[in-house]
Amino acid sequence: MRVDGRRHAAHGGDTGTADTGDETGEEAGSQRGGGRRAALFLWPCLVMLTLYIAYPLAYSFGRSLFDSSGETFVGLGNYITAFTDERTLVALRNSLIWVLVAPTLVTSFGLLFAVLTERIRWATAFRLVLFMPMAISLFASGVIFRLVYDTDPELGVANAAVVTVHDMFASASQYPGARPRYEDEMVPARDGDPAGFATAEPAGPGEVVSVPMVGVRPQDAPEQARQAREPEGSPGELRGVVWLDVSGATGRDGMIDPAERGMSGLAVEAVRDGEVVATTTTADDGTFLFGDLPDGAYTIRLPGANFAEPFRGLTWLGPELVTPVIISAWVWIMTGFAMTFIAAGLSAIPREVLEAARVDGAREGQVLRKVTIPLLGPVLIVVFVTLVINVLKIFDLVYVVAPGASQAAANVLAVQMWQVSFGAGGNPGLGSALAVLLFLLVVPAMVFNIRRLRREGPS
Amino acid sequence: MLRKPQAGIGIATVAALGLAACSPAETNGGGEAALDDLGLPDLSGHELEVATPWTGDEQEAFLDMLAAFADATGAEVRHASIGDDLATVLQTRIDGADPPEVAVIPQPGLVEQFARDGALVELPGEARERVAEHYIDLWRDLGTVDGTEYGVYVRASNKSTFWYNTELFDEVGVSPPDTMDELLETARVLADSGIAPLSVGGSDGWVLTDWFENLYLRIAGPEMYDRLGEREVPWTHPTVEETLELLAELFDENFLAGGVSGALQTDFSTSIVNVFGPDPEAATIYEGDFVREVIDVSTDAVLGEQARFFPFPTVEGAEESVVVGGDVAVAFVDDEATRELMAYLATAEAGEIIAAGGVSVSPNHDVPLDTYPDELSRDIAEQLRDVGENVRFDLSDTAPAAFGATPGSGMWAELQDFLSDTGDIEGTMERLESSAARAYGE
Repeated sequence: MRVDGRRHAAHGGDTGTADTGDETGEEAGSQRGGGRRAALFLWPCLVMLTLYIAYPLAYSFGRSLFDSSGETFVGLGNYITAFTDERTLVALRNSLIWVLVAPTLVTSFGLLFAVLTERIRWATAFRLVLFMPMAISLFASGVIFRLVYDTDPELGVANAAVVTVHDMFASASQYPGARPRYEDEMVPARDGDPAGFATAEPAGPGEVVSVPMVGVRPQDAPEQARQAREPEGSPGELRGVVWLDVSGATGRDGMIDPAERGMSGLAVEAVRDGEVVATTTTADDGTFLFGDLPDGAYTIRLPGANFAEPFRGLTWLGPELVTPVIISAWVWIMTGFAMTFIAAGLSAIPREVLEAARVDGAREGQVLRKVTIPLLGPVLIVVFVTLVINVLKIFDLVYVVAPGASQAAANVLAVQMWQVSFGAGGNPGLGSALAVLLFLLVVPAMVFNIRRLRREGPS
Repeated sequence: MLRKPQAGIGIATVAALGLAACSPAETNGGGEAALDDLGLPDLSGHELEVATPWTGDEQEAFLDMLAAFADATGAEVRHASIGDDLATVLQTRIDGADPPEVAVIPQPGLVEQFARDGALVELPGEARERVAEHYIDLWRDLGTVDGTEYGVYVRASNKSTFWYNTELFDEVGVSPPDTMDELLETARVLADSGIAPLSVGGSDGWVLTDWFENLYLRIAGPEMYDRLGEREVPWTHPTVEETLELLAELFDENFLAGGVSGALQTDFSTSIVNVFGPDPEAATIYEGDFVREVIDVSTDAVLGEQARFFPFPTVEGAEESVVVGGDVAVAFVDDEATRELMAYLATAEAGEIIAAGGVSVSPNHDVPLDTYPDELSRDIAEQLRDVGENVRFDLSDTAPAAFGATPGSGMWAELQDFLSDTGDIEGTMERLESSAARAYGE
């Protein structure tokens, strides 16, 4: 409610100007009838202002000095709670990020599109398309963007794109997520490849290393894999087998059971003193062999690339990325709005000034920077300030797009205020304090806008 | 907190800002039969309004129950479906001195609040007798505030059901576990076979609180469970530590569908599709009996065939127990028709109509089990019946909302943090304790 009230308050600026006009009228010594007539016209507006703006404002302020039940006076206690509560501080920080980033981005994009579309044929059609997102409610846009940024590449178009690009350069492994059955026999490989596994006990030529693996569904294994078999030892050769030790609840752990297939096509490395001495690849039955190793003790290592999980894209809606993601959605929605206003301002710029600049030999970039933008200044500032006010009261997008687990990370003041006052276990006192805080933050922007209106209005 | 499973993506919960709608309770055919024995008086000319939070299937059986009452007495009973804003709407109507005669409330805390405000009417003697006769103590105690009995529980949900994909269990050759050790062993075999044993909707904080509550009830026992809920035992107690240790063992990177980070991004509905969808990633999903509605709506799995449930496994040496949720009817007006309706709600006959709907469990233990229309709903009700008095209400739903029912704070947030770092048991306990202290206003 408070948030909407502010909008009306901005219109209240008109009344302000009317008031001044009234006073000057009286000073000019005109008849009393003038004042009475002015009062006649003013009272509906005054009543509305009192009822819908002044009273709720005063009430909220008063309410913010009382506790949850509204019975005990706590003074500034609620404000102290607000500034010591971690959630509110996160909300404050996020609101700050929003104010710093979002209006600037939207104004820049708006300017860019306005200038670009001005020069093309079908400009109106193009602008119509850009303006369209404004016709969708923020709530609905939120639902759309929640889907766009879904983690599952099958659902979210953002991750579908990222995964497609990634898979063009790196292919998925054949045994994603496979791990050794015995974590004390095969330990995570050190030496810069923590995703791989290496034997805990070294082995030498003549020995047979058998490595049972688990964590892969047998039916997901590559087709060419065949029944595993344990190779026989042979002097001078280091042999071994890597197989999928999975055959349901009846299978024996660590033994090659019937229907247990070898893991084919794995890279295997023989490592000595931290250096890879030889590499080989497992056969379809999972066996591998190092033919001509010098005598000594080797660690057998299975590099992590063998078991890399398929790339699933980014967790867009996780705590780290969620705020930038929501801001991007807002930019998509609001750019059309900024563009329309700026385009209107643009069409009011006297053509001859631009022509003159061009005749004088200015390049298009210079014309934009040195002529267009300064002339558009007032419009740009109005758009920017309007967006700042808009951003401070941002609510629905954040509420809809952020999933439960990232809600706290995406929190902004308006959402926090709503949750505190009306969410489960509401505390209207603290909520009012947050509302007043939000109001104070918007006041400078509001005052600025009203001042401008006044300056431009009467002249 | 009202938990309504939603089909598809969980955003829908946000969209539930529906307006209160009034409609006359219609007879859907079933249930008018055996009410003659109750000796209900003629209430022609009386009007009753009943407000409920339900908007979906769960209201149908309840409407049948109201219609049967209307038919037998001649009273006009209207039903107002209010949705998630129940608390706000009721409070406004109480302030405006125009409350509905009867409201069905899903949060015990709200009943307490209304009772302390003096808005509720004590249960009439006949209703109290019936509650004493047909219900276990838990339901009576939950409906009592400061020694005065106000509520009749009309509907319960069993929150100790573990749903599993029978095809995946068959593929690996495991069977439903009875004990926690068996569950861990089953989970290990499944994980070795490349199938994630557990799908957890960790993006919804309440899923994690339900996990915690079930484990805590089994590890610490019903008595300690009550004391934890009443803040007689701190959240730093050894029993909490033991519970978190077991939870950490279960929330293993290899056990969870999508790993820990995947679980944190999974909402309740998706966690079910993970198990019963066309390309299942995991073999089991633990949540309440309302899981079946999502299976029914969002997947092709057939309930009772590919999709079955087993009771939440016990911990060695502990008795079987069940965590429940439930909706309670309370009266705001003291007149003859309202008293008759409240007394009627506590009868086994009324409970039978709820049971016959097959969507909800009737907390009335004198409802014959064969009233439930299918094996699945009968099993769910029977599990609840079998544990006798070892039934406990969802702890987070009885705690202050800031601790037990708010996204991003209290238990929801602490357990989500715990899921992302299961090593930090000590820190989790301390944060739970301090957050509880704040929410309880200590």
